[in-house]
Amino acid sequence: MATTALDQQRAHAAAGHAPPTGLWSWITTVDHKRIGILYGATAFTFFLMGGIEALLLRIQLGTPNNTFVTPETYNELFTMHGTTMIFLAIMPLSAAFFNFIIPLQIGARDVAFPRLNAFSYWVFLLGGLFLNASWLFGAAPDTGWFGYANLTSRQYSPGLHVDFWMLGLQTLGVASLAAAVNFFTTVLNMRAPGMTMMRMPIFTWMSFITQVLLLLAFPVITVALILLMFDRFFGTNFFVPSAGGDPLLWQHLFWIFGHPEVYILILPAFGIVSEILPVFSRKPLFGYAAMVFSGIFIAFLGFGVWSHHMFATGMGPIADTYFSLATMLIAIPTGVKIFNWLGTIWGGSIQYKTPLYFALGFVAMFIIGGLSGVMHGSPPADLQQTDTYFVVAHFHYVMFGGSIFGLTAGAYYWWPKMFGRMLDEGLGKLHFWLMLIGFNLTFFPMHILGLNGMPRRVYTYPEGLGFEELNLLETVAAFILAASFAVFLYNIIKTWRGPRNAPADPWNAATLEWAIPSPPQEWNFAEIPVVHGRDPLWEAKRERGGPLPEPQRVSGQGIHMPNPSYWPLVTALGLSSMMTGLMLIHHLGPWGIIAGGAILLFGVFNWAFEPAG
Amino acid sequence: MPLIPASRHLRRWASVLPLLVLVASACSPEHYPQTGLRPLSDFARIGDDIQNNTLYWATGVFVLVEGALLYAIFRFRGRPDDPEPRQVHGNTTIEIIWTVIPALILAAIAVPTVRGIFQTSATPTGDVLKVEVVGHQWWWEFRYPDLNLTTANEVHIPVGQTVSLHLGSADVVHSFWPPRFAGKRDVFPNRETRLWFKAEQAGEYPGQCAEFCGIQHARMAFRVRAQTPEEFQAWVAHMQTLGAKPAAAAPAPDSVHTASAGARIQAPPQAKGAPQGAAERDSAAAGPAAPADPAYAAGEKLFLTKGCVGCHSLAAVNAPKGMVGPNLANIGARTYIAAGTLKNTDENLAHWIRDPQGIKKGVLMPNLGVTADEARSLVAFLRAHQ
Repeated sequence: MATTALDQQRAHAAAGHAPPTGLWSWITTVDHKRIGILYGATAFTFFLMGGIEALLLRIQLGTPNNTFVTPETYNELFTMHGTTMIFLAIMPLSAAFFNFIIPLQIGARDVAFPRLNAFSYWVFLLGGLFLNASWLFGAAPDTGWFGYANLTSRQYSPGLHVDFWMLGLQTLGVASLAAAVNFFTTVLNMRAPGMTMMRMPIFTWMSFITQVLLLLAFPVITVALILLMFDRFFGTNFFVPSAGGDPLLWQHLFWIFGHPEVYILILPAFGIVSEILPVFSRKPLFGYAAMVFSGIFIAFLGFGVWSHHMFATGMGPIADTYFSLATMLIAIPTGVKIFNWLGTIWGGSIQYKTPLYFALGFVAMFIIGGLSGVMHGSPPADLQQTDTYFVVAHFHYVMFGGSIFGLTAGAYYWWPKMFGRMLDEGLGKLHFWLMLIGFNLTFFPMHILGLNGMPRRVYTYPEGLGFEELNLLETVAAFILAASFAVFLYNIIKTWRGPRNAPADPWNAATLEWAIPSPPQEWNFAEIPVVHGRDPLWEAKRERGGPLPEPQRVSGQGIHMPNPSYWPLVTALGLSSMMTGLMLIHHLGPWGIIAGGAILLFGVFNWAFEPAG
Repeated sequence: MPLIPASRHLRRWASVLPLLVLVASACSPEHYPQTGLRPLSDFARIGDDIQNNTLYWATGVFVLVEGALLYAIFRFRGRPDDPEPRQVHGNTTIEIIWTVIPALILAAIAVPTVRGIFQTSATPTGDVLKVEVVGHQWWWEFRYPDLNLTTANEVHIPVGQTVSLHLGSADVVHSFWPPRFAGKRDVFPNRETRLWFKAEQAGEYPGQCAEFCGIQHARMAFRVRAQTPEEFQAWVAHMQTLGAKPAAAAPAPDSVHTASAGARIQAPPQAKGAPQGAAERDSAAAGPAAPADPAYAAGEKLFLTKGCVGCHSLAAVNAPKGMVGPNLANIGARTYIAAGTLKNTDENLAHWIRDPQGIKKGVLMPNLGVTADEARSLVAFLRAHQ
């Protein structure tokens, strides 16, 4: 049955018919656009889950000595909120855009390794499900997304909580690394003729830098997690102080990964905003080269500042001085970016559409997050700020005010391209204002609370420390923020019922993805375009003296596309079965791991020998 | 008739106004006893000055850049049929200027920062009071090695004398944070960290653990009791009488001797520089007379038979190291119990003794099946330990 469906699909692809539909076509898809949509839908679902976790946290903190949730549940909620938002929401939402947009922006028909791409998605999905399955066993991770040793040792964290976290992250790391290899190769090798590196769209550039960061940062967390795995499962003592191990080693390894991770989370949003501002200002990006090199510089410096997360550990004046100055140095390329965004809209003819609202909101909010970041860069001051709500405020201005505003801008901007439908402008603007107000009322007061002595990661606070009023305000405001996403969902549902009304180029944009129909056909470009400049579409329109004609859908006869395959899914299932087997090693012995390994090998073997289409 | 809407208005305002006042007051550091914005020590002032300097620059940049953004948003509003604006790709001069200016501002932040780093990292010299801080899940132990004293959850310090803290942990990573006096210093098992400050003002100030350390991280607070030198000396002199049980006055059961003897056996060799004869003073039992209250005697007995003594020491002098629970030598005089969880009233103490797991779930103190009467006796006994 399955094979028959697959054969039919192959036949369809070969004949260039209408794209196959149905569940099986999604399970076996290797089309980067479909994988992008899968990433987006899955990540948005996890984002909503992380948001619900955040609301529960806020309810608990709304009043002092509250007992809305138990201390254990609170600790699980804040751990899963952070882990979910970073690994299951922001990163894969960025990956949704890498998948859907990069091949279109560089004029390619797919990514370099389409089946590896499907594998990345399935591993991500299974890793996310694995992490969240912990809720069903009453064993959700509870030691923070940073999992500081030696609290994560068997002695202080018996049970499956830390195992779920450690093995879940390890699984997600495989997905990220495979995707990074794929997009790194795609960008380097599959650009359309004439598209030199310095003619690449800025979103593709920032995404490319992100892949480099992923490739270099994820091996570090992988190693750290392997050390922890050996400590927990096989009795080693890397982080066990009573046996001479050192918990501080974990902190260094974690933040050598963790700080570049911050740029992994924000650079794609930089790229999105740098696409949107020029289009809606009808002006090219100001200082393209400076934007590219500041991105590279930020990424490079990002590997040399990890210990600014650790000033309170007392590293001594030399290390403190180095990490402090290096941290401040990052403000320079970041400032260049902000000024160049200002330069881009300056003197433009600004068209106020929803994507631009979110892009401008990003710039306004990211400035605040950047400035509070400089404040942390001073160790004597940071000793007061670190591990307080001031830091919570800071990184939410970067992660939410930055990444989420940027990704939301990208969603409104590329939605017509992805689904062929325009989102409603009025609802979009309502979404923006609710989000802007809710966000600021939720997170700005945290600056004040943090500087005035409220620590992070506390399930409650006593009366009499003055924390009552602003916490209540934040809790109420968090629901305004949540409501903004309800408006977004309503916008999606409402327009989904309407016709496919989006033209190929609704925003008068500059890059190649807008030259093809919305949504694009399976092969993207019937003819591979030739690129002569940075803004190929604007150049074509200028040459023509007006808008381009609406591109026609073609039969695709004779265009070779990769065959669908379910082996990536089988391989991913094998990998996650191995992780589950390892977690249950005390119950199943080695058999769970062996069974998972067998499935993995079976998948890889068949993948390797699958006939080329 | 028009009176009614007016009064409605008034009522509405009357309900909104206090709210506004509340929010306004919530923005002032005076509202927060645990604030980091009102430093009371030399160490905290270094960080505070740097933070203010950075904040001034950051505010200036914020106003200018957000102002420019808002200006551009309103000034360059376009219509769909407007002609294409001038296509500017960049401007090298401007780009150099806005790279150099932030660099100069950062230099203005970096110079005091580096000075502050070296000042705060320096080892204090001269007449310092050494205090060892040990983080435990979820309470704080304070030892004064030169005075041979131990206490828990409330650290007494003299105003005007530099306190040199040597920090460590008995279990996982914690972070010691007395915001009025200093920023945080993480505490690690098997690794000593340092912190110092000279308090400027007497009073009782809150602080708490700032590194997530398990289920009760939120309930790991402590108090700093800064005292005038005279008060502090009096406190030290008093504490040094709390070595052995106050057994001399009342005919105590033998088991009391066993308990305090046990404490002495576990005690480490006397710290270098401790006042000579402290140990002798212990055995001389110079402590306060035990009250004749029968509840006290009953409580004393329960303290030994219910297992309290397995985790808690009652000796401030020569206190044993490595106890699982806080030292209780002066529990009766502390402001809070259970590391800042409850005010130290008789009622709360009794409640805590009976149901620690209900009040602070996961705390290492088990529910021991103490009855209400037994709890009353234990409270009487502990309350006498001032």
